[in-house]
Amino acid sequence: MQPTTHAFPENARKALSDERLQKVLAIAPAGFVNRRKQAADRLPEFEDLRDQGRDLKNHVLANLDTYLEAFEGKVTEQGGHVHWCRTDQEARDAILGICRKVGAKTVTKGKSMISEEIGINDYLEANGLTPIETDLGEYIIQLRREPPSHIIAPAFHLSKADVEGTFRQAHTDLPADRVLDEPKVLIAEARQVLRRKFQQADVGITGANIMVAETGSTVIVTNEGNGDLTQILPRVHVVIATIDKVVPTLEDAALVLRLLARSATGQEASAYTTFSTGPRRPGDLDGPEEFHVVLLDNGRSALLGTEFQDVLRCIRCGACMNHCPVYGSVGGHAYGWVYPGPIGSVMQPALLGVKEAGHLPNASTFCGRCEAVCPMRIPLPKMMRHWREKEFEQNLQPAAMRRGLALWGWFARRPALYHAATRMAVRALGMLGRGTGRFARLPLAQGWTRHRDMPAPEGRTFQQMWAEKKAAEKKGTR
Amino acid sequence: MADTRPAPKVGLFVTCLVDVYRPTVGFAAVKLLEDAGCTVEVPASQTCCGQPAFNAGDRATARDLARSTIAAFEGFDHVVVPSGSCAGQIRKHYPELLADDPAWAARARHLSARTHELVSFLTDVLGVTDTGARYDGTITYHDSCSGLRELGVKEQPRRLLAKVEGLTLNELPGAEVCCGFGGTFCVKYPDISNRMVEAKTADIAGTKADTLLAGDMGCLLNMAGKLKREGSAVRVRHVAEVLAGVTDTPPIGEPIKGGRA
Repeated sequence: MQPTTHAFPENARKALSDERLQKVLAIAPAGFVNRRKQAADRLPEFEDLRDQGRDLKNHVLANLDTYLEAFEGKVTEQGGHVHWCRTDQEARDAILGICRKVGAKTVTKGKSMISEEIGINDYLEANGLTPIETDLGEYIIQLRREPPSHIIAPAFHLSKADVEGTFRQAHTDLPADRVLDEPKVLIAEARQVLRRKFQQADVGITGANIMVAETGSTVIVTNEGNGDLTQILPRVHVVIATIDKVVPTLEDAALVLRLLARSATGQEASAYTTFSTGPRRPGDLDGPEEFHVVLLDNGRSALLGTEFQDVLRCIRCGACMNHCPVYGSVGGHAYGWVYPGPIGSVMQPALLGVKEAGHLPNASTFCGRCEAVCPMRIPLPKMMRHWREKEFEQNLQPAAMRRGLALWGWFARRPALYHAATRMAVRALGMLGRGTGRFARLPLAQGWTRHRDMPAPEGRTFQQMWAEKKAAEKKGTR
Repeated sequence: MADTRPAPKVGLFVTCLVDVYRPTVGFAAVKLLEDAGCTVEVPASQTCCGQPAFNAGDRATARDLARSTIAAFEGFDHVVVPSGSCAGQIRKHYPELLADDPAWAARARHLSARTHELVSFLTDVLGVTDTGARYDGTITYHDSCSGLRELGVKEQPRRLLAKVEGLTLNELPGAEVCCGFGGTFCVKYPDISNRMVEAKTADIAGTKADTLLAGDMGCLLNMAGKLKREGSAVRVRHVAEVLAGVTDTPPIGEPIKGGRA
């Protein structure tokens, strides 16, 4: 997928004037926010778990090579294969290679952000295969040829009516006069269509929320059960995951799971939590004949040891975007690529470069709600600030802003001059604004006055008035 | 028995926005501190805490301003700031900014430990429970992000406001959601900022309050500017003005009496 992250301001404007989208955004995030809060409040040790989660991931990132090799060892021991991939292209080729080797035609897919990151669907299609998303949200946006707008709710930007329209267009073999007015009915129709695809699939691709080093297991959580059908029914199961998803033990996996569901949907546990450990063993009733793990780096190891390392603690719950007022204003598509919201504002500059994605870490008020709810306590605002530092170092910020800040900085370093200058400016503005108390237009402040008035200053600076007061007191006591 | 402890010596960090926009807030802060038994000084060598540079990625300027602020405020028992955002910059970010500077790291930590947001300083450090003010009106209160999430300022202003005679507090739904100011954010991304402040003013209108209070000038200018543009009659003031009973200055964005309309 070609990123449009560089065009974030235009994307945002489009989103802001999209009434349909605004209607969805006015309601949907609040549901996530309330459910997460209730779930966190119900669990007295939730804040402790967040500390433990942070510490666990920090430990893993400090020993990543050890745990990844242990994981690989266990997978191999159980008859599975691990494919180490440095880049998105290597991962696409590894997956295509597996599909070709077994002569696959149809590939079912569970929800996976990494598969979006590497654009596997387009690649498989271009190579003559038919990938089919089986997560309801992903299925809907695949039919619409849209990218996801949320990392756990890919069709977050759509209303029920949008989905009805999409299904009527896509499912032309069903009676045109059928009633599709209820979510239940829409889900039933998707299930009926997808059931056939599950049976046709030769390869099933899933993501992994967690990889467990001590057992060589990969773990997925879903609420639809589609992930299980995707990985059990076809002959071959391919897991695509990035290196940061490994944890040492099953106990650690349990910790991540306790944090994940609560932070994501406010559930105590997802409806389905599935551990996959190698291919089918003799005597197993079901399971794939082949089990592959495509282990992707794609720039992540380069973040180790840098000021961005903490972002690798992310467990992709989506809480940061659910609580983000910027995401809540413009939705996910404005971010222009795979990862929206605060996590995207840190990850996308890392994956796409700060030149392409530089807007994202700037488009934040640093309100800190994301960090306040992040189950892994990732200091997201701090990392966005680090990206701004990179931009500053590389001279990538708009010239007007750079000059303005430099001028301000020059004065602020010289208190006497600064106070003289502010005194004069405030006096002039105070006189001008005295009658109305505010300005509807101000030169150099169109960004502000386009949408709101600029309150006028009182007319004198505090420092000036304080100095006069002190002088008068001194005179009085003499 | 009279308290014989020496009066705490407080340095007031005015903040650049209060200094230039609304000196009234500075004098309200001084009154609150003096009424609570402090002696207050205002070092003339202070300018800005450096947050705009820090958040623009210009660490060098941010460090310079941090050092000069630290130097300006040595020798006080406490440093008090009528802003959660600037207090947060000093408390949370100065130690981090200067962590690798051997000459300044300890001084930064020392200032950090003595620096407080005004209202939480009154309640949490001085134990003030009632400022003896009167305000006839129904107010609503917006929790500014930095004060709330960096410093834990939430209950403190409500506790003191509850004691203000004549005042009724109608809680603001979404009081903890950002108003869309965000320093340079509001001019870099004006349309998004506008969407956020629009949502905020709609919530404010819903409370039926006649007055909006908050503890940060940036947020107040943003919300007042939007309310005035929308023709709202809601009065906007810094919480310190109401707590100090210093409400003879017109509300933020309102004309000065005797000024030409």
